[in-house]
Amino acid sequence: MRKLLAMWAGKLLTIAGKLIGKKSSSSPGEFALKICPNLVGGLNKSIKKGIIVTCGTNGKTTTNNLIASALEAKGYKVLCNRLGANMLNGIATVMVQESGIFGKLQADYACLEIDEAYTPIVFDYVTPDVMIITNLFRDQLDRYGEIDITSDILKRAIKKVPNLKLILNGDDPLCVQFGQLAKGYYYGISEQVLPQTNDTKEGRFCPVCGEEQKYNYYHYSQLGDYYCPKCGFKRPHIDFDVTDVKLETPMRFKVNNKPMTINYKGFYNIYNLVAVYGAMEVLGEGTDDFGSLLTEYKPQIGRMQEFAFKKPVILSLSKNPAGFNQAISTVNTDKRKKDVIIAINDKVNDGRDVSWIWDVDFEKIQDENLNLLMTTGIRLYDISLRFKYEDIKVDLMTQSMREAVGRALSSDSEVCYVLVNYTALYPTEGVLNAMLKEGENR
Amino acid sequence: MNIKILHLYPDLLNLYGDRGNIACMTKRLMWRGIDAEVITHTCDDTDFSLSDIDIVFIGGGSDREQKIVCHRLLEHKEMLHDFVNDNGVLVAVCGGYQLLGKYYKLQDETIEGLEILDIYTEQGKKRLIGNVVLDSDIAGKIVGFENHGGRTYIGNHTPLGKVVYGYGNDDKSGVEGVVYKNVVATYLHGPLLPKNPKLCDYILTNAIKRKYPEFEGLTPLCDTLENTASEYIINRFSSK
Repeated sequence: MRKLLAMWAGKLLTIAGKLIGKKSSSSPGEFALKICPNLVGGLNKSIKKGIIVTCGTNGKTTTNNLIASALEAKGYKVLCNRLGANMLNGIATVMVQESGIFGKLQADYACLEIDEAYTPIVFDYVTPDVMIITNLFRDQLDRYGEIDITSDILKRAIKKVPNLKLILNGDDPLCVQFGQLAKGYYYGISEQVLPQTNDTKEGRFCPVCGEEQKYNYYHYSQLGDYYCPKCGFKRPHIDFDVTDVKLETPMRFKVNNKPMTINYKGFYNIYNLVAVYGAMEVLGEGTDDFGSLLTEYKPQIGRMQEFAFKKPVILSLSKNPAGFNQAISTVNTDKRKKDVIIAINDKVNDGRDVSWIWDVDFEKIQDENLNLLMTTGIRLYDISLRFKYEDIKVDLMTQSMREAVGRALSSDSEVCYVLVNYTALYPTEGVLNAMLKEGENR
Repeated sequence: MNIKILHLYPDLLNLYGDRGNIACMTKRLMWRGIDAEVITHTCDDTDFSLSDIDIVFIGGGSDREQKIVCHRLLEHKEMLHDFVNDNGVLVAVCGGYQLLGKYYKLQDETIEGLEILDIYTEQGKKRLIGNVVLDSDIAGKIVGFENHGGRTYIGNHTPLGKVVYGYGNDDKSGVEGVVYKNVVATYLHGPLLPKNPKLCDYILTNAIKRKYPEFEGLTPLCDTLENTASEYIINRFSSK
């Protein structure tokens, strides 16, 4: 009865949220949990075939949502926290919203992205069958602490679930270490694709013995073909193997020799896709129609999302140095004349510490195709200083995203990239949609 | 003129964008027509010398990395002492600051320090995290961000500044950092210098004067952006 009451209360809150035009991704669940703290514990019984959990610093939302789409394409009913609310209250919210009027909840699969820090708590209630760990990068040190701490938390969570199957990024030594705790399947990109640069590799040290690892090649950050010269820890046998990568638009590559074509940008997206491929195989759902699924898939808000002004404006969310470096390298592969807008906020969900912007290779933004460079966001002065100390000219510093986009639309560039961090994403999306509506598309 | 900066263990101590400080020192020298050279000493390098070095920079790292560095640096303890006593310029941030003291007492072990400063650090319960505003004698208002578990007790040393907003050395004494001879040590990590050009110029001036005693002082630069960035932090936090 308590559970039903909690569900109803949550539902009411969702409706109230809709009335005032707010997307409620975690507050209804938080309220429902107050009434029935064990609400999420009911999930195990409601899911018929399997629970898939996705963790990792970058790529959680894309990976999780694509698994849900892949399963839905096969006709299954899937529960999924699509909006990326990934703490206990976010999961409770999805349960509340998806349950029937009598509190009954039934689905074939649940696809849940979960904040790494919350995994031990969530796993007290939810027993996943499959867990994907995409990567571990340095992220918001003022909130999460160092990577070592995150690794320990994940280990604690994994040990709580007997018979868990892990799908791990085999190119990331920090992920592969979890394979010692449960049955592991590995995915990876088995050839050198990108130029070998010298960026910060936070996970350079062997997770087993602490020695500095050597690389045959690497992709970005600590991802690549690594081995430890001291203890022999190395990139494992790869079960889901990416080869023949062509970084053009559309992007082409092969997974276990099957050709794939995808319409969206970013080398890092290959990892998200092959993780999903691996999940489908491990679940026994097959991957014959995987290629056509990818062609139809629409990325989430701000994942290199294109807005159709008279010239394309492309919105990209990044939250940490690894993410921003990947976004910048994606911008660099676009050879059109371009304007770039960068927005940096420092709200709690961004991390209040913006020191990390000095760990991003922002200087690489400047190439022969760069037209206007503009900065905005709460910390526009910090990001502008970052450029000043690279001797790169910032053409416009403004509090107003609208002004920056306006300048880009009237410039003689062919495309505009807007790179934002987390809390700048939804306001920017709002501005872009509003400008489209107002017919700024002159 | 030519100034040589030694960046110690950037491969291990690089937790919070420390390269911002190196970039700031280098550019502010070069914009004034002074040559700047950055030499890095990583954990792959076996030895280093301080004989022709003007500025030594030590950044912050995770506890594990800090332990490795401390172990390595203890082998050079005497050389570092001589450098500081000879008025060498040493800038130490966060973990690097803690290493300069007598020891850093963690829950289950004590890391021996370089004893350049008569200070010590003990691990506290809560991490002290947030924006900081200081009032200093050497550079006026200083802004930055701190994130440390250790409480550092500086005894009779002169602090870098009084805490206007934030926690500071130990969350109680109301002061932050240490200034001793030409050493500047602080918990304000990462890109401390870009937003505090006066502090950067103070450090550079000390280094140049030591090497070129006839040097008359740095020519001013346009610091409007730096000052705007700093004033934004001061207004946002210290007016509360």
